[in-house]
Amino acid sequence: MGEAIVITSGKGGVGKTTTSANLGTALALQDKKVCLIDTDIGLRNLDVIMGLENRIIYDIIDVIQERCKTQQALIKDKRFDCLHLLPAAQTSDKSDLTTDGMERIVDELKQDFDYIIIDCPAGIEQGFKNAVFGADQAIVVTTPEKSSVRDADRIIGLLEQENIEAPKLVINRIRNHMMQNGDMLDVDEIVSILSIDLLGIVIDDEAVIKASNHGEPVALKPDTKAALAYRNIARRILGESVPLLNIEDEKSMLAKVKQFFGLRA
Amino acid sequence: MTTNLQKITIKGTRDGLTLYINDQCSFDDILRDLQDKISMNGITDDQPMIGVTIKLGNRYLTEEQQTHLRTIIREKQKLDVEHIESNVMSKEEAMQWKEEAEIRPVTKVVRSGQVYEVKGDLLLLGDVNPGGKVIASGNIFIMGSLKGVAHAGAEGDPYAVIAASYMQPSQLRIAESISRAPDHEVNGVYMECGYVDETDNKIRIDRLQDVIRKRPEMTSFERRMLNG
Repeated sequence: MGEAIVITSGKGGVGKTTTSANLGTALALQDKKVCLIDTDIGLRNLDVIMGLENRIIYDIIDVIQERCKTQQALIKDKRFDCLHLLPAAQTSDKSDLTTDGMERIVDELKQDFDYIIIDCPAGIEQGFKNAVFGADQAIVVTTPEKSSVRDADRIIGLLEQENIEAPKLVINRIRNHMMQNGDMLDVDEIVSILSIDLLGIVIDDEAVIKASNHGEPVALKPDTKAALAYRNIARRILGESVPLLNIEDEKSMLAKVKQFFGLRA
Repeated sequence: MTTNLQKITIKGTRDGLTLYINDQCSFDDILRDLQDKISMNGITDDQPMIGVTIKLGNRYLTEEQQTHLRTIIREKQKLDVEHIESNVMSKEEAMQWKEEAEIRPVTKVVRSGQVYEVKGDLLLLGDVNPGGKVIASGNIFIMGSLKGVAHAGAEGDPYAVIAASYMQPSQLRIAESISRAPDHEVNGVYMECGYVDETDNKIRIDRLQDVIRKRPEMTSFERRMLNG
């Protein structure tokens, strides 16, 4: 029996879809059977980031309206046999997705998969309710900006009313130099406001955008800091205790030598 | 024998008149007696209004009966009923008193978009986040950070206070008064308390220790009974 985890944020553009794709990939790297579900009807993106867009035949609405079987709509990932995607519909109406339908699909997928990652649309309306309905756990994604933290707080409040475990937090798009200057909220401040457990932090990394545009989740590129962050989050989901990534920039060898001799680095 | 017993005894004090009403006879008897008694004592027009306190003893009067009593006294003479005192009250009123005088402990983080409202005093073990709101008819005590909106004395008690371990509110409201945070960013303060300053009717925030000197009756039961 698998576990369903919804990735949500309230605010748009903070990295829900990127987080979903990368957590799915990172869990698949650990040999877990993972299914990604995109619930953003009409604005589907998860398939693009996974590079699976041109393989879509059926979508989640086809499953709900019983035009196909769930198995038929699942797309197997290019890289991992254990990773699948259930894409959102691009042309259907938003209201075609129902809580009943979601619950049925999630329950069915739980039989075959270890983890079901549900990518939630932005907002707090029906789309959010649908995505959360079938989930056992929730991950709230926020960036170190006031508006994003405010929306995350609102979402946590709404999640508390649902029949779901206490949500966990991922802070995305951290810019180290801005945090140090005090131009951005720092990690401790965000955690103290939201008062939920921190699952991981992800550095703002150009490699993320580059990888997404190539349809390859950044988690596959082990030399990037973002990949390491996502892999650490996946390990924490699996129950390992992994220390938080050091967000400070590593100094170059020359700078270290200069520092050693007391020169200004 | 009972006919000889005084139904209404009038006593004059420095503050006005006190009417002691026998609590054994019927309400109709009292009304009749009252009408006789008051019309007897002629008071001339040029005298100032006299305040009257009615002591009912162990008699319970409904709201309707009380107004009846007031109008009779009011229309007869230059008398004005200031207080009606009774040793008894209805269960309903007692429950209401109790409700308004109670401290309600709550463990919760009041998040953005959430509103938490109580009767009586609120003791919140948790935070009020930006965008969240707490309302109480009495005082508000927050063992945590207040970063949202707090409204104490929501039913009109200007003596209510708002205290927090960490005070960085976006708005404080006490009864009818409102104050908001300045437009520029400010750090919060620890262990402070908001109250309404009587001199200019504005909300002030002071150290907790200073406010308890100004509101010594803050937690007493009597205050809440009178203002609740």
